[in-house]
Amino acid sequence: MSEASELSAAAPDVSGETRRDFILRARRSAEYLVIPLIALAASAFLFSLFLLAVGKSPADFFELVMRGGFGGAFSIQNTLQRSAPLILTALAVAVPARIGLVMIGGEGALVLGGFASAAVAIPMLGVVPPVPTLLVMAVVGAFVGALWIGLAGALRHYRGVNETISSLLLTYIGVAIMNFFVEGMLRDLTNPNKPSTKPIGDAYMLGKIPGTDVHWGLIVGVVVALLLQVLMTRTTFGFAARMTGGNPRAARAQGLPVGALMVTCCALAGGCAGLAGFFEVAAIQGRANASLAAGYGFTGILVSFLARHNPVAIIFVAVLFGGIVAAGGLIQRRMDMPDATVLVLQGLTFVVLLVSETLYGRFAIFRVDEKGGRA
Amino acid sequence: MFHISRRNFIQSSGLIGAAGLLTSTSRIAHAANASIGIVYVGPRDDFGWNQAHAVAIKSLKTIAGVKAAEEENVPETDACSKSMESMINLDGANIVLGTSFGYFAPFMVDLARKYPKVEFRHAAPLWDAGKHPKNLGSYFGYLNQAHYVDGVAAGLSTKSNKLGFVAAKPISSVLSNINSFMLGAKKTNPNAVVQVIFTGDWSLPVREAEAVNALIDAGCDVITCHVDGPKVVVETAEKRGVKTCGHNASQAPLAPKGFITGAEYKWETIYKLYADKLAKNEPLPNMLAGGYEADMVQNSPFGAGASDEARKAATSAIADLKAKKPIYGGPLKDNKGKLVIEKAYDNLDPFLDQMDYLLEGVVGSIT
Repeated sequence: MSEASELSAAAPDVSGETRRDFILRARRSAEYLVIPLIALAASAFLFSLFLLAVGKSPADFFELVMRGGFGGAFSIQNTLQRSAPLILTALAVAVPARIGLVMIGGEGALVLGGFASAAVAIPMLGVVPPVPTLLVMAVVGAFVGALWIGLAGALRHYRGVNETISSLLLTYIGVAIMNFFVEGMLRDLTNPNKPSTKPIGDAYMLGKIPGTDVHWGLIVGVVVALLLQVLMTRTTFGFAARMTGGNPRAARAQGLPVGALMVTCCALAGGCAGLAGFFEVAAIQGRANASLAAGYGFTGILVSFLARHNPVAIIFVAVLFGGIVAAGGLIQRRMDMPDATVLVLQGLTFVVLLVSETLYGRFAIFRVDEKGGRA
Repeated sequence: MFHISRRNFIQSSGLIGAAGLLTSTSRIAHAANASIGIVYVGPRDDFGWNQAHAVAIKSLKTIAGVKAAEEENVPETDACSKSMESMINLDGANIVLGTSFGYFAPFMVDLARKYPKVEFRHAAPLWDAGKHPKNLGSYFGYLNQAHYVDGVAAGLSTKSNKLGFVAAKPISSVLSNINSFMLGAKKTNPNAVVQVIFTGDWSLPVREAEAVNALIDAGCDVITCHVDGPKVVVETAEKRGVKTCGHNASQAPLAPKGFITGAEYKWETIYKLYADKLAKNEPLPNMLAGGYEADMVQNSPFGAGASDEARKAATSAIADLKAKKPIYGGPLKDNKGKLVIEKAYDNLDPFLDQMDYLLEGVVGSIT
């Protein structure tokens, strides 16, 4: 996956040699575009069979997905808004994946990050102006998220605790910590029926991107994804991390600081999820409460796997997911189908894409041998 | 979800006027040009809160000229704003109903400002005339009246004289349901006591099943509840061979042997009123609430668990409530011996919304 982006990122040169080189590279990297597209088409086909089996029209379904997810300004904004948190939570899975860790605790880091940013804002309200307050909130949110996933990474490196299990369990602890404070010390007593922290108030809310209905989390998500792409593919840090992911023993034998690399990658991941939590509080909820645990952290796992842990691909997959979810409502309403319909589509897509992983390197057309140029 | 106290609402609005206005709902005939969008937090076949709304919408769809678009499993995040906006923009909804507590602020408040020509109504008494837009409002039903009727039937259905109540959180609306259920039971069976277990949250199926088993082990032979989805409670009780009263929607299909009756909302009355007013281009009330006297609550059709005697008593209790006969006829003491209700109060009296006690006759503690 990293190769794909490295290759496509290289600018074509006009000189003959590099041009031929570029075509070969393009041919090889096309594999990373064509196979997922085939997989998407296959899952659409399978899902159509499912629809026919329950007596619904696939044509209607896909027309509604297009209209509800991507047709017109409102639908596109609906889609982008729903994809904003997914980009950040998917990055929380992708970065540790590069170093060989299956980290699925983004939900906990999101919840705690969001809670921490709300908690830190409360004493600043009315004392400190909104912009510095929001900056502090963002930094604290990202920092707490980083601590949380960093903890799972450190447990893995220093104590050999399985990071998948520990990050999942830490999620429940994170949600419980938030509930403890939100139902206790930090509870806003003017809101008796839904335990929440005090609202940060309209003046302190993060606005929308001008001219749209989408909050700034989308732009930040895209920028962070691009930065992480550069970090993981264009720097020695990224190289060392990927090498550790490939073979930690070899990396250690080479003298790489494996532990520091792992914990750093995990902290970066947690920072992304914590930032997503900050945006949920500062741009949407205006307070921390149980609604922060809305499942974005878990959907992010799916997005990252579908994007093969490539930060740039995550942007597109997140938008695709946002579109399907945005259209899900329209499908429920127009086709009189339950909400689970969209889950069936997501599940099918996930399985088919995983199966398609086995196809890489099997098609001659994408193969570039030594004779043809650079392999 | 059902996370309510009626306090602020009653204080802020002319409730009695709103309820009085509803006493004649028969004029609703054929509405036209009402396009309703409704958002549920859970599945619409949950045998509980969401289903109660979905049943009402279903009956509304049969009226000529009324369109309804439903969306289920919408979390209390900006997903709810987006679903509602999608209903407005793509389905042409001219009234949007939010049925979960957390939808109200900030989401529905902001949307009402953004779409001033669309009406927004929310199923919990949160609207405040001084703070919120005029195209936003609240509606609510006094379910304790139907729990009272449950109690009347349950009092005649018990052999052990012990009735079990599984409750979520000790907030006023829940406490009122428990106390009303007990008072109903006492009316037909002065020896009856109600034993209550609080689970601590709105949806904790495992703990709800444990509570049912504990109550039955303690000798209770009729079980009822106030939790979001009463499915587990009713099914567990049926399996243990005891009788049940329902909550929120009809659970009769879950308990073919032991179901007596259940306390249900009748959202249909409210939704039909909205549709009718929209069709006539009349302004919608911002606040709507009531009980049997306004046809806003009902009891599930009697199940196999209801004896003829119980049916008769429950039916006459319903007639009493329609005639506004008070449930809380003082003086009444709480279960620690303190006089809490000195005189009889009207069923909709705001005083009763402040309830923070269990009455004498209820075994259990709210702390």
